[in-house]
Amino acid sequence: MQTTSIVVHNKVGLHARPAALFVQAAMAHQSKITVTNGEKSGNAKSIIGILALGVQQNDKITINADGTDEVEALTALTKLVENNFGEPV
Amino acid sequence: MSETIFKGIPASDGIVIGPAFCHHPLQLEIPSRFPGSVQDELRRFRSACEQAEKELEAIKASVLRRSGPETAAIFDAHKMMVTDPMLYDAVQSRLEAGQIIETAVSDASEELAAMLGSMQDELFAAREADMRDVGHRLLRILLGIPDTSINKLQAPAVIVAYDLTPSDTVSLQSGFTLGFCTAAGGLTSHVAILARTLGLPAVVGLGKQALDQISDGTKLVLDGTAGSVTLDPQPATLQRYESMREKASARLATMQITSSKNAVTADGRRVEVGANIGDADSAGEAVRFGAEGVGLLRTEFLYLQNTRPPDEEQQMAAYKSVFDAMGNRPVIVRTLDIGGDKPPAYLKFDVELNPFLGWRAIRICLDDHPLFKTQLRAILRAAVGYRALIMYPMISSVEELRAANAVLAEVRAELDSAGLDYAREVPVGIMVETPAAVMMADALALECDFFSLGTNDLTQYTLAVDRTNERVAKLFQPLHPAVLRLIKKTIDAAHQQGKWVGMCGELAGMQKAIPILLGLGLDEFSMAPRSIPEAKWLIGKFTDARAKEIAELVLNKTTAAEIEEFMVGVLEEVIR
Repeated sequence: MQTTSIVVHNKVGLHARPAALFVQAAMAHQSKITVTNGEKSGNAKSIIGILALGVQQNDKITINADGTDEVEALTALTKLVENNFGEPV
Repeated sequence: MSETIFKGIPASDGIVIGPAFCHHPLQLEIPSRFPGSVQDELRRFRSACEQAEKELEAIKASVLRRSGPETAAIFDAHKMMVTDPMLYDAVQSRLEAGQIIETAVSDASEELAAMLGSMQDELFAAREADMRDVGHRLLRILLGIPDTSINKLQAPAVIVAYDLTPSDTVSLQSGFTLGFCTAAGGLTSHVAILARTLGLPAVVGLGKQALDQISDGTKLVLDGTAGSVTLDPQPATLQRYESMREKASARLATMQITSSKNAVTADGRRVEVGANIGDADSAGEAVRFGAEGVGLLRTEFLYLQNTRPPDEEQQMAAYKSVFDAMGNRPVIVRTLDIGGDKPPAYLKFDVELNPFLGWRAIRICLDDHPLFKTQLRAILRAAVGYRALIMYPMISSVEELRAANAVLAEVRAELDSAGLDYAREVPVGIMVETPAAVMMADALALECDFFSLGTNDLTQYTLAVDRTNERVAKLFQPLHPAVLRLIKKTIDAAHQQGKWVGMCGELAGMQKAIPILLGLGLDEFSMAPRSIPEAKWLIGKFTDARAKEIAELVLNKTTAAEIEEFMVGVLEEVIR
């Protein structure tokens, strides 16, 4: 099991396109992936779950991956967030 | 009974009198039965999901053609929700607790919708409607009810609803639909866009209290030009509107005659009225409605429908079929106009914070010469024997125009050396849709043959209002004095160089704008095919001098509201 924390800098947070990209990236992996924002946790492969976290700009989220490709999964998701979903900060 | 008047946002022109048809979301009744095994119930759920995905894919394809990719993206989100693991888990645990699948789907989607709806941030909370729409679709499929929410309309009526879901708006295409009014929504809501596409009057943003007073059969006068809805109209009101309607239908008869003729002002100034279209099917429609040409042929659909960019042959065939359908009339082909808000899979886009200010339209083409050249070759080759024009979108500097023209020159040279036949006399123009292009219009006019004002984007860029953002929708004012001044500047600059100016934004078909545009000297109006007969008729009602006078009065006004009000008055004079 791997865990990491990261700050979301994106303007709309995890909503709309960034949320969809995040879920798609999670779905590309076998591992069970959970995202935590404050007291709320959700399945990273669920658009509903991600939206329900209400992640806004500058929120710190924790991503937890468990499975055969947990390292890759975490790397991919962290990179996506770090690169601000490809948007300029 | 006294009449009540509600004011809303005028979303689509026209007057209609008729009974209300209150659209309530289809009430689905959950059957009473014993549950099958969890496995059996889940199997039904999975097959309903598959069916829902198919429906959504079909809706998306049809919306993509009619309303464009922004609206279509909503149905992609719905597809993601259908296959969402949280929904699946919520359904499964309910089945394990002994529920039947219909109850499980209904409860699970309602719970998830409520969860989204309870969120603090409005942006997130707005997804509640999407979740509910998806749950409703799944339940409907499970109950074996076909996808027809408003097609139950048996007689002509005005559709009244709190709001219409994206799925509702798609099923609204009934011959009985007279018009729409909704309590919620703005100029850019789905129903507003659809109404304009269908040429039906609509008023949106009426407020909830209006809805409480309307029931099925309530007599309504819907004035989509003024943005008012009158309930239980008094005989005098009715008479006034009836006479406006009668004159309108007499006009319609005249219009059908005038529409087959060229557009001229009352004193004989010739202007051109063309159509905005996206494929050959709508070219036929454009001709039927009296289009004298195509002022805007959108080419994006060729690019967005496929997983690879269309090759030269595919594009040639598509353009030729449009040229053929238009006969000998001129067709302005706009080169690829896409961006990060509607990216095709094969173009590598970074996620953009501001796709409307990002890598799009001519900027992509100038970075990707092979993509651009293929399109230019296809247009030039398809245009042999036809009257085609080329137009570059989103030009914001002289350099861009020069760079695009340089690519075009290369393409011509390549076609020459390959010995391929192509149209040699193809005029080249630009879309004027950035304030920068307006300010540089005098210089740009020296290096191209014509301008076409793209007022949707020009308004968005000038007023700094994202037209897809509902929260600022009311700030998107096409009749804003700033926009009108820019239009004047563009026309004046082009005319000084002896170049003509068209307009292919929604403003060109807006009745309130037509007299102003005539007065400013616009040479070509291009609009949705259905708006053409009325526009031609309206143009014929004004002399050049009167239009100039109107334009001058309007340009002296300082707010969009004053201009709107003044123009409603001007139109009433003509219509009465």
